[in-house]
Amino acid sequence: MNVAVTHFNYLAVVVLMMIGLYVLFSTGNLIKRMIGLALFQTSTALFYISLGKVSGGTAAIKIYPDSPEARALAAPLDPTYVQQFGVGGVVYSNPLPHVLILTAIVVGVATLSVGLSIAVRIREAYGTVEAGEIEAVARLDTADAGRDP
Amino acid sequence: MILFEALYVAPPALTAQAPILVIAGPLIGACAAALSPGGRTAWMVSMLTAAFALWMAVAVAGEVAREDVIDYALGGFAPPMGIALRIDALGATMALLVASIGVMGALYSGHALESEVKAEKHTLFQSGYLLCLAGFLGLVFTGDAFNAFVFLEVSSIGTYALVAVGEARDRRALPAAFNYLIFGTVGATLYVLGVGFLYAATGTLNMVDMAMRLATLGDNSAVQAGLAFVVAGLGVKAAMFPLHGWLPGAYAGAPSLVSVFLAATATKAAIYLIIRFVFDVFPEGEFGEIFLSWILAPLAAAAVIICSVQAVFEKEVRRILAFSSVAQVGFILLGVSLATPAGLSAGVFYLVAHALMKGALFMAVGAFAISVRARTVEDFSGIAREAPWSAAAFGVGAASLGGVPLTMGFLAKWSLVSAALETGEIWIVAVLAIGSLLTLIYVGRMLEAMFFRAPGRGAERAREAPVGVLAPLFVLAGLSLWFGVDATLPVSMVNASVSALVGAAP
Repeated sequence: MNVAVTHFNYLAVVVLMMIGLYVLFSTGNLIKRMIGLALFQTSTALFYISLGKVSGGTAAIKIYPDSPEARALAAPLDPTYVQQFGVGGVVYSNPLPHVLILTAIVVGVATLSVGLSIAVRIREAYGTVEAGEIEAVARLDTADAGRDP
Repeated sequence: MILFEALYVAPPALTAQAPILVIAGPLIGACAAALSPGGRTAWMVSMLTAAFALWMAVAVAGEVAREDVIDYALGGFAPPMGIALRIDALGATMALLVASIGVMGALYSGHALESEVKAEKHTLFQSGYLLCLAGFLGLVFTGDAFNAFVFLEVSSIGTYALVAVGEARDRRALPAAFNYLIFGTVGATLYVLGVGFLYAATGTLNMVDMAMRLATLGDNSAVQAGLAFVVAGLGVKAAMFPLHGWLPGAYAGAPSLVSVFLAATATKAAIYLIIRFVFDVFPEGEFGEIFLSWILAPLAAAAVIICSVQAVFEKEVRRILAFSSVAQVGFILLGVSLATPAGLSAGVFYLVAHALMKGALFMAVGAFAISVRARTVEDFSGIAREAPWSAAAFGVGAASLGGVPLTMGFLAKWSLVSAALETGEIWIVAVLAIGSLLTLIYVGRMLEAMFFRAPGRGAERAREAPVGVLAPLFVLAGLSLWFGVDATLPVSMVNASVSALVGAAP
């Protein structure tokens, strides 16, 4: 139970990821599949953000030491903890995972848009976005293979 | 690599920046191709850029031959903080392979596109092609695990679009491209997750740094989960059995240039990254050995047998070649899974051999496709009488695929068998023998139809392809023959790669 409470964000990652995968493979609708894929990708974003979190840490934007802001941020924390993990009296979260996931989000948006535009082209060529119906037509195409165009 | 030692192809100032120019060149070329006014201009841009990338790749290979490893800090930010390119003999070999195929593909695209891609799409097609080239070259050069993901996706997004363009010839390309996108993105996301685990365990993304920290850290479950996610994710991109579902449809539906380029480079770049992670980043130990001999080897063996059988029963030529590709990935990974220097070098040699022969085969199929719309083996009957030169090149590629002596494919299979015998894994030898027999069956079926049957309905209208298509086709087929007789160049490069990886030459 204790682990479930302290690591609940990781549990959320697992649950989100599984929902995404389930949507991806259970539905035949291409648009819904893209939604599942988006959910699946987004769960990794949450995973990375969780990795970068330092308890009591603030966003990694430089705050001058001994400024009122720095004192206010350090006030609720244990002074030895701040001494050990802080920079100039302020504890920061690890910014690297944020930067990484920003890149991954951009990549994800690009993939989604390519996927959706292919879905549009499929709709134009087959008249449907249901995988089952597309397969039925594609099977006819395969049977046609070899016949003169 | 010894042959490259005395090679100074570029001025020193350019050579120093060559690692990034190999990647930046095609990226800039992709923008230029997209902005160019017409298909011809875009093709010129594509040719020039690919040639430039090859030139720079040769310059890098020369530098690697002299210095063993090049570390290039991007923007002058030193690793492990900054992103670094790190090129050893294996990376240089892969880059030479990818860039050479890139040049051949660009040359080939001059005529081949006209019959398969709508004229107004040519500029964007060339742009996507160069984007893929940049992605694959970046993938083999990068020394940063997350940067590898970005290059993986740069190349993949280009590939999805390129496969979908095949709709003009065969509308099944569209669902195939969509399927590929779903599989590929799930694979890439798993890879990112794996890198996340490794980052959580080590606090670094630089591969060399990660390897050093993992060596002192030893095995723990986060590291093992990381490796599992990374290999599963890359396995999708490499079409590792049973994650290969996207491949047959994509190769069969894509324009032939895209099939050539994908078969010769896409899966190979992913295999390269798997080798890099398993042998370079991950520490030696029990877990790695169990992974290689109990997961990778059986899956590779299953790929060899099952997909060869599927290829035997397949009707369409492109799908036969596609299933054969999955089986050949199995051959490559079987060699890698032996984990001995001999096995690894056999795997990498097979990788190069397969890239050349499958490139030639898909190019030849594309050369036929210019004049006739032929899909099934039946359609190809007697085509050798109408288009003898393309058919001859197809024959050479097929002979190499089947492992006929005096071709590169024979040497590759031979070194694989001797590496397996050396380790005493008799079952692997048996799998290789069965796989080779099955390969001979489907290769024989295609060759029999092409060379020994009377021309069918379709083949009578077949014409020989133009010189612009035949030239790159002959280069690839010729290399398969040349390296089958005198394999000094690939063998020296492969040996240097293996000693860079595991520190011992085979």
